Amino acid sequence: MRLAQVAVIWAALATAVCVPIAAAAASPLLAWRGPVYIVAGFAGIIALGLMLVQPLLIAGYLPGLSAYRGRRAHHWVGGALAVAVVVHVGALWITSPPDMIDALFFSSPTPFSPWGVIAMWAIFAVALLAAVRRRLGLRPRTWRIGHMLLAIVIVVGSVVHAILVEGTMETVSKAALCVLVLAAAIKVMAGLRVLKKRGSLRVESIARR
Amino acid sequence: MSTVILNRRNLLAAGGSVLAAGVSGLLLPAHAEGLAPTPSMPGGSNNYREGAAIVDRIGKGGFWMSGTVRRAGDGGPLAGQRIQIWAHTIEGQEHEPQSHGATLTDKNGAFRLEMPQIIPIFGQPHGHLAYDSGEFKTVFLRPVMRSAKETSLEAHFVLQPV
Repeated sequence: MRLAQVAVIWAALATAVCVPIAAAAASPLLAWRGPVYIVAGFAGIIALGLMLVQPLLIAGYLPGLSAYRGRRAHHWVGGALAVAVVVHVGALWITSPPDMIDALFFSSPTPFSPWGVIAMWAIFAVALLAAVRRRLGLRPRTWRIGHMLLAIVIVVGSVVHAILVEGTMETVSKAALCVLVLAAAIKVMAGLRVLKKRGSLRVESIARR
Repeated sequence: MSTVILNRRNLLAAGGSVLAAGVSGLLLPAHAEGLAPTPSMPGGSNNYREGAAIVDRIGKGGFWMSGTVRRAGDGGPLAGQRIQIWAHTIEGQEHEPQSHGATLTDKNGAFRLEMPQIIPIFGQPHGHLAYDSGEFKTVFLRPVMRSAKETSLEAHFVLQPV
Protein backbone atom coordinates (compact mmCIF):
# COMPACT_ATOMS: atom_id res chain seq x y z
CA MET A 1 0.00 0.00 0.00
CA ARG A 2 1.28 3.38 -0.91
CA LEU A 3 2.06 5.92 1.77
CA ALA A 4 -0.66 8.25 0.50
CA GLN A 5 -3.28 5.53 0.91
CA VAL A 6 -2.07 4.75 4.41
CA ALA A 7 -2.26 8.41 5.35
CA VAL A 8 -5.78 8.76 3.92
CA ILE A 9 -7.09 5.77 5.87
CA TRP A 10 -5.63 6.94 9.17
CA ALA A 11 -6.78 10.52 8.56
CA ALA A 12 -10.31 9.30 7.81
CA LEU A 13 -10.38 7.32 11.05
CA ALA A 14 -9.04 10.27 13.04
CA THR A 15 -11.70 12.50 11.47
CA ALA A 16 -14.51 10.06 12.20
CA VAL A 17 -13.54 9.93 15.88
CA CYS A 18 -12.37 13.51 16.46
CA VAL A 19 -15.09 15.50 14.66
CA PRO A 20 -17.89 14.30 17.00
CA ILE A 21 -15.66 15.05 20.00
CA ALA A 22 -14.87 18.53 18.69
CA ALA A 23 -18.56 19.17 17.92
CA ALA A 24 -19.51 18.13 21.46
CA ALA A 25 -16.80 20.41 22.84
CA ALA A 26 -18.65 23.29 21.14
CA SER A 27 -22.00 22.35 22.74
CA PRO A 28 -23.75 25.26 24.50
CA LEU A 29 -24.90 22.82 27.19
CA LEU A 30 -21.34 22.67 28.56
CA ALA A 31 -21.73 26.18 29.98
CA TRP A 32 -24.29 24.87 32.50
CA ARG A 33 -22.53 21.69 33.51
CA GLY A 34 -20.00 21.05 36.24
CA PRO A 35 -16.56 19.57 35.41
CA VAL A 36 -17.46 16.07 36.63
CA TYR A 37 -20.59 15.97 34.45
CA ILE A 38 -18.57 17.21 31.46
CA VAL A 39 -15.99 14.46 31.99
CA ALA A 40 -18.82 11.90 32.18
CA GLY A 41 -20.20 12.99 28.82
CA PHE A 42 -16.86 12.98 27.03
CA ALA A 43 -15.93 9.58 28.47
CA GLY A 44 -19.07 8.26 26.79
CA ILE A 45 -18.24 9.93 23.47
CA ILE A 46 -14.65 8.62 23.57
CA ALA A 47 -15.98 5.12 24.32
CA LEU A 48 -18.17 5.34 21.20
CA GLY A 49 -15.13 6.42 19.18
CA LEU A 50 -13.05 3.50 20.50
CA MET A 51 -15.89 1.21 19.44
CA LEU A 52 -15.20 2.22 15.84
CA VAL A 53 -11.47 1.48 16.18
CA GLN A 54 -11.89 -1.98 17.74
CA PRO A 55 -13.22 -4.03 14.80
CA LEU A 56 -10.85 -2.25 12.37
CA LEU A 57 -7.87 -3.19 14.54
CA ILE A 58 -8.72 -6.86 14.92
CA ALA A 59 -9.62 -7.29 11.26
CA GLY A 60 -6.34 -5.77 10.16
CA TYR A 61 -7.99 -2.97 8.19
CA LEU A 62 -5.63 -0.34 9.54
CA PRO A 63 -2.48 -0.15 7.40
CA GLY A 64 0.96 -0.04 8.98
CA LEU A 65 0.04 -2.41 11.80
CA SER A 66 1.13 -6.03 11.63
CA ALA A 67 -1.46 -8.65 12.58
CA TYR A 68 0.34 -9.08 15.91
CA ARG A 69 0.42 -5.36 16.68
CA GLY A 70 -3.19 -4.94 15.59
CA ARG A 71 -4.19 -7.64 18.05
CA ARG A 72 -2.14 -6.10 20.86
CA ALA A 73 -3.70 -2.71 20.12
CA HIS A 74 -7.18 -4.31 20.12
CA HIS A 75 -6.49 -5.59 23.66
CA TRP A 76 -5.26 -2.22 24.90
CA VAL A 77 -8.08 -0.28 23.26
CA GLY A 78 -10.54 -2.79 24.74
CA GLY A 79 -9.11 -2.05 28.19
CA ALA A 80 -9.37 1.67 27.52
CA LEU A 81 -13.00 1.19 26.45
CA ALA A 82 -13.83 -0.52 29.75
CA VAL A 83 -12.07 2.29 31.65
CA ALA A 84 -13.98 4.94 29.67
CA VAL A 85 -17.27 3.26 30.58
CA VAL A 86 -16.28 3.15 34.26
CA VAL A 87 -15.46 6.88 34.13
CA HIS A 88 -18.74 7.60 32.27
CA VAL A 89 -20.88 5.77 34.85
CA GLY A 90 -18.82 6.86 37.87
CA ALA A 91 -18.88 10.55 36.95
CA LEU A 92 -22.63 10.41 36.20
CA TRP A 93 -23.12 8.78 39.60
CA ILE A 94 -21.27 11.67 41.26
CA THR A 95 -23.32 14.18 39.24
CA SER A 96 -26.70 12.75 40.24
CA PRO A 97 -26.64 9.57 42.36
CA PRO A 98 -30.41 8.88 42.26
CA ASP A 99 -30.56 9.10 38.44
CA MET A 100 -27.59 6.73 38.06
CA ILE A 101 -29.02 4.25 40.57
CA ASP A 102 -32.35 4.26 38.67
CA ALA A 103 -30.47 3.54 35.45
CA LEU A 104 -28.41 0.68 36.90
CA PHE A 105 -31.52 -0.95 38.38
CA PHE A 106 -33.49 -0.56 35.13
CA SER A 107 -36.05 1.69 36.80
CA SER A 108 -35.10 4.88 34.99
CA PRO A 109 -37.78 6.86 33.13
CA THR A 110 -35.33 7.54 30.28
CA PRO A 111 -35.65 5.05 27.39
CA PHE A 112 -31.92 5.13 26.57
CA SER A 113 -30.68 4.03 30.00
CA PRO A 114 -31.26 0.26 29.76
CA TRP A 115 -29.49 0.13 26.37
CA GLY A 116 -26.42 1.76 27.89
CA VAL A 117 -26.46 -0.40 31.01
CA ILE A 118 -26.77 -3.63 29.00
CA ALA A 119 -23.91 -2.54 26.73
CA MET A 120 -21.85 -1.72 29.84
CA TRP A 121 -22.27 -5.22 31.28
CA ALA A 122 -21.43 -6.74 27.90
CA ILE A 123 -18.22 -4.67 27.77
CA PHE A 124 -17.25 -5.78 31.27
CA ALA A 125 -18.04 -9.39 30.34
CA VAL A 126 -15.77 -9.27 27.28
CA ALA A 127 -12.97 -7.65 29.28
CA LEU A 128 -13.27 -10.25 32.03
CA LEU A 129 -13.46 -13.18 29.60
CA ALA A 130 -10.48 -11.85 27.64
CA ALA A 131 -8.47 -11.70 30.86
CA VAL A 132 -9.29 -15.21 32.09
CA ARG A 133 -10.06 -17.20 28.96
CA ARG A 134 -6.69 -18.99 28.91
CA ARG A 135 -6.97 -19.88 32.58
CA LEU A 136 -10.49 -21.16 31.96
CA GLY A 137 -9.19 -23.18 29.01
CA LEU A 138 -11.77 -21.65 26.68
CA ARG A 139 -11.46 -23.01 23.16
CA PRO A 140 -10.62 -20.29 20.62
CA ARG A 141 -13.80 -20.99 18.68
CA THR A 142 -15.97 -20.77 21.81
CA TRP A 143 -14.25 -17.54 22.81
CA ARG A 144 -14.68 -16.04 19.37
CA ILE A 145 -18.38 -16.84 19.19
CA GLY A 146 -18.91 -15.52 22.74
CA HIS A 147 -16.94 -12.37 22.01
CA MET A 148 -18.84 -11.81 18.79
CA LEU A 149 -22.27 -12.20 20.40
CA LEU A 150 -21.25 -9.81 23.20
CA ALA A 151 -19.83 -7.42 20.60
CA ILE A 152 -23.23 -7.35 18.87
CA VAL A 153 -24.88 -6.47 22.19
CA ILE A 154 -22.24 -3.79 22.84
CA VAL A 155 -22.52 -2.15 19.44
CA VAL A 156 -26.32 -2.20 19.20
CA GLY A 157 -26.79 -1.17 22.84
CA SER A 158 -24.29 1.68 22.62
CA VAL A 159 -25.60 3.03 19.31
CA VAL A 160 -29.24 3.05 20.44
CA HIS A 161 -28.15 4.58 23.78
CA ALA A 162 -26.21 7.34 22.03
CA ILE A 163 -28.92 8.13 19.47
CA LEU A 164 -31.66 8.44 22.12
CA VAL A 165 -29.66 10.61 24.53
CA GLU A 166 -30.15 14.34 24.24
CA GLY A 167 -26.78 15.57 25.41
CA THR A 168 -23.71 17.47 24.30
CA MET A 169 -23.15 15.48 21.09
CA GLU A 170 -24.14 17.33 17.92
CA THR A 171 -26.89 15.40 16.09
CA VAL A 172 -25.33 14.91 12.63
CA SER A 173 -21.82 14.01 13.81
CA LYS A 174 -23.35 11.65 16.39
CA ALA A 175 -25.47 9.89 13.78
CA ALA A 176 -22.48 9.64 11.42
CA LEU A 177 -20.27 8.07 14.09
CA CYS A 178 -23.04 5.63 15.03
CA VAL A 179 -23.49 4.55 11.39
CA LEU A 180 -19.72 4.02 11.07
CA VAL A 181 -19.59 1.99 14.30
CA LEU A 182 -22.43 -0.23 13.04
CA ALA A 183 -20.95 -0.54 9.55
CA ALA A 184 -17.48 -1.46 10.83
CA ALA A 185 -18.88 -4.09 13.17
CA ILE A 186 -21.09 -5.63 10.47
CA LYS A 187 -18.31 -5.61 7.88
CA VAL A 188 -15.77 -7.26 10.18
CA MET A 189 -18.20 -9.84 11.54
CA ALA A 190 -19.41 -10.76 8.06
CA GLY A 191 -15.78 -11.23 7.03
CA LEU A 192 -14.93 -13.52 9.92
CA ARG A 193 -17.49 -16.20 8.98
CA VAL A 194 -16.95 -17.73 12.40
CA LEU A 195 -20.62 -18.58 12.71
CA LYS A 196 -20.99 -19.88 9.17
CA LYS A 197 -18.48 -22.65 8.78
CA ARG A 198 -16.52 -24.65 11.21
CA GLY A 199 -12.88 -24.71 10.26
CA SER A 200 -13.08 -21.93 7.76
CA LEU A 201 -9.54 -20.96 6.85
CA ARG A 202 -9.56 -17.42 8.16
CA VAL A 203 -10.94 -18.26 11.58
CA GLU A 204 -8.49 -21.08 12.08
CA SER A 205 -5.57 -18.94 11.01
CA ILE A 206 -6.53 -16.17 13.43
CA ALA A 207 -7.15 -18.62 16.24
CA ARG A 208 -3.73 -20.18 15.75
CA ARG A 209 -1.90 -16.87 15.97
CA MET B 1 -73.84 -33.36 21.13
CA SER B 2 -72.06 -30.24 20.16
CA THR B 3 -68.45 -30.34 19.18
CA VAL B 4 -66.12 -27.48 19.95
CA ILE B 5 -64.17 -26.65 16.86
CA LEU B 6 -60.73 -25.34 17.65
CA ASN B 7 -59.41 -23.43 14.70
CA ARG B 8 -57.47 -20.22 14.47
CA ARG B 9 -60.50 -18.02 13.81
CA ASN B 10 -62.40 -19.40 16.82
CA LEU B 11 -59.38 -19.11 19.05
CA LEU B 12 -58.75 -15.52 17.99
CA ALA B 13 -62.41 -14.59 18.53
CA ALA B 14 -62.53 -16.27 21.92
CA GLY B 15 -59.20 -14.82 22.96
CA GLY B 16 -60.28 -11.39 21.82
CA SER B 17 -63.51 -11.48 23.80
CA VAL B 18 -61.70 -12.72 26.92
CA LEU B 19 -59.17 -9.92 26.50
CA ALA B 20 -61.91 -7.32 26.00
CA ALA B 21 -63.82 -8.52 29.04
CA GLY B 22 -60.67 -8.61 31.15
CA VAL B 23 -59.45 -5.16 30.12
CA SER B 24 -62.84 -3.49 30.53
CA GLY B 25 -63.15 -5.25 33.89
CA LEU B 26 -59.91 -3.60 34.95
CA LEU B 27 -60.86 -0.19 33.60
CA LEU B 28 -64.51 0.05 34.59
CA PRO B 29 -64.16 0.44 38.38
CA ALA B 30 -61.93 3.46 37.84
CA HIS B 31 -64.61 5.03 35.64
CA ALA B 32 -67.27 4.27 38.22
CA GLU B 33 -65.28 6.14 40.86
CA GLY B 34 -64.53 9.08 38.58
CA LEU B 35 -61.16 10.72 38.10
CA ALA B 36 -58.25 8.42 39.03
CA PRO B 37 -55.39 9.77 41.13
CA THR B 38 -52.11 10.62 39.35
CA PRO B 39 -49.39 8.05 40.13
CA SER B 40 -45.85 9.23 40.87
CA MET B 41 -43.57 8.98 37.83
CA PRO B 42 -40.33 6.93 37.86
CA GLY B 43 -37.43 9.15 38.87
CA GLY B 44 -39.85 11.90 39.89
CA SER B 45 -38.40 12.32 43.37
CA ASN B 46 -34.76 12.42 42.28
CA ASN B 47 -32.82 15.29 43.86
CA TYR B 48 -35.88 16.40 45.86
CA ARG B 49 -35.19 18.76 48.76
CA GLU B 50 -37.97 18.98 51.31
CA GLY B 51 -39.38 22.32 52.33
CA ALA B 52 -38.27 24.68 49.57
CA ALA B 53 -39.54 28.21 50.21
CA ILE B 54 -42.63 29.60 48.50
CA VAL B 55 -41.28 32.12 46.01
CA ASP B 56 -42.63 34.60 43.43
CA ARG B 57 -40.06 33.32 40.94
CA ILE B 58 -37.12 30.88 40.95
CA GLY B 59 -33.92 32.76 40.08
CA LYS B 60 -34.16 35.17 37.18
CA GLY B 61 -37.08 33.39 35.47
CA GLY B 62 -37.77 33.20 31.73
CA PHE B 63 -39.44 29.78 31.73
CA TRP B 64 -42.95 28.92 32.92
CA MET B 65 -43.98 25.81 34.81
CA SER B 66 -47.73 25.51 35.14
CA GLY B 67 -50.44 23.00 35.89
CA THR B 68 -53.49 22.10 37.93
CA VAL B 69 -54.25 20.27 41.15
CA ARG B 70 -57.57 18.41 41.40
CA ARG B 71 -59.22 15.98 43.76
CA ALA B 72 -59.51 12.31 42.75
CA GLY B 73 -63.06 11.16 42.14
CA ASP B 74 -65.07 14.31 41.43
CA GLY B 75 -62.13 16.23 39.90
CA GLY B 76 -62.86 19.33 41.95
CA PRO B 77 -60.11 22.00 42.01
CA LEU B 78 -57.89 22.08 45.09
CA ALA B 79 -57.00 25.62 46.14
CA GLY B 80 -54.02 26.64 48.30
CA GLN B 81 -52.02 23.46 47.65
CA ARG B 82 -48.26 23.75 47.85
CA ILE B 83 -46.44 22.45 44.75
CA GLN B 84 -42.66 22.26 44.77
CA ILE B 85 -40.73 22.63 41.53
CA TRP B 86 -37.08 21.95 40.66
CA ALA B 87 -34.98 21.25 37.56
CA HIS B 88 -31.53 21.57 36.01
CA THR B 89 -31.62 25.10 34.59
CA ILE B 90 -29.24 27.65 33.19
CA GLU B 91 -28.86 28.92 36.77
CA GLY B 92 -28.07 25.70 38.56
CA GLN B 93 -28.06 21.92 38.77
CA GLU B 94 -30.99 19.86 40.01
CA HIS B 95 -29.70 19.24 43.53
CA GLU B 96 -28.66 22.84 44.23
CA PRO B 97 -30.92 24.87 46.55
CA GLN B 98 -31.27 27.79 44.11
CA SER B 99 -32.90 25.43 41.60
CA HIS B 100 -35.80 24.74 43.98
CA GLY B 101 -38.93 26.73 44.76
CA ALA B 102 -42.58 26.28 45.68
CA THR B 103 -45.89 27.92 44.82
CA LEU B 104 -49.55 27.64 45.86
CA THR B 105 -52.57 26.81 43.69
CA ASP B 106 -55.22 29.51 43.17
CA LYS B 107 -58.98 29.10 43.74
CA ASN B 108 -59.27 27.21 40.43
CA GLY B 109 -56.58 24.73 41.49
CA ALA B 110 -54.12 26.18 38.98
CA PHE B 111 -50.48 27.03 39.63
CA ARG B 112 -47.87 28.85 37.58
CA LEU B 113 -44.28 29.60 38.60
CA GLU B 114 -41.60 31.37 36.62
CA MET B 115 -38.18 29.75 36.75
CA PRO B 116 -34.91 29.75 34.75
CA GLN B 117 -34.81 27.95 31.37
CA ILE B 118 -34.69 24.17 31.79
CA ILE B 119 -31.89 22.45 29.86
CA PRO B 120 -31.32 18.74 29.12
CA ILE B 121 -29.86 16.80 32.03
CA PHE B 122 -29.21 13.06 32.06
CA GLY B 123 -30.24 12.91 28.43
CA GLN B 124 -33.69 14.57 28.61
CA PRO B 125 -34.92 18.13 29.16
CA HIS B 126 -37.27 17.61 32.09
CA GLY B 127 -38.63 19.19 35.24
CA HIS B 128 -39.62 17.84 38.64
CA LEU B 129 -42.74 18.66 40.67
CA ALA B 130 -43.87 17.41 44.04
CA TYR B 131 -47.00 17.51 46.12
CA ASP B 132 -45.78 16.52 49.58
CA SER B 133 -47.87 18.34 52.20
CA GLY B 134 -49.52 15.43 54.00
CA GLU B 135 -53.23 16.11 53.48
CA PHE B 136 -53.22 14.03 50.29
CA LYS B 137 -50.94 11.19 49.21
CA THR B 138 -47.51 12.40 48.05
CA VAL B 139 -47.04 12.58 44.26
CA PHE B 140 -43.79 13.23 42.35
CA LEU B 141 -44.00 14.14 38.66
CA ARG B 142 -41.23 14.31 36.06
CA PRO B 143 -42.60 15.85 32.83
CA VAL B 144 -40.34 15.87 29.75
CA MET B 145 -40.19 18.76 27.29
CA ARG B 146 -40.90 17.86 23.65
CA SER B 147 -37.94 20.02 22.68
CA ALA B 148 -35.17 21.63 24.70
CA LYS B 149 -36.10 24.92 22.98
CA GLU B 150 -39.52 25.13 24.64
CA THR B 151 -39.95 27.81 27.29
CA SER B 152 -42.82 26.27 29.24
CA LEU B 153 -43.88 22.95 30.67
CA GLU B 154 -47.10 21.63 32.23
CA ALA B 155 -47.85 19.02 34.86
CA HIS B 156 -51.21 18.06 36.35
CA PHE B 157 -51.95 16.49 39.71
CA VAL B 158 -55.01 14.48 40.74
CA LEU B 159 -54.62 13.84 44.45
CA GLN B 160 -56.29 11.34 46.73
CA PRO B 161 -56.77 11.87 50.47
CA VAL B 162 -54.39 9.95 52.75
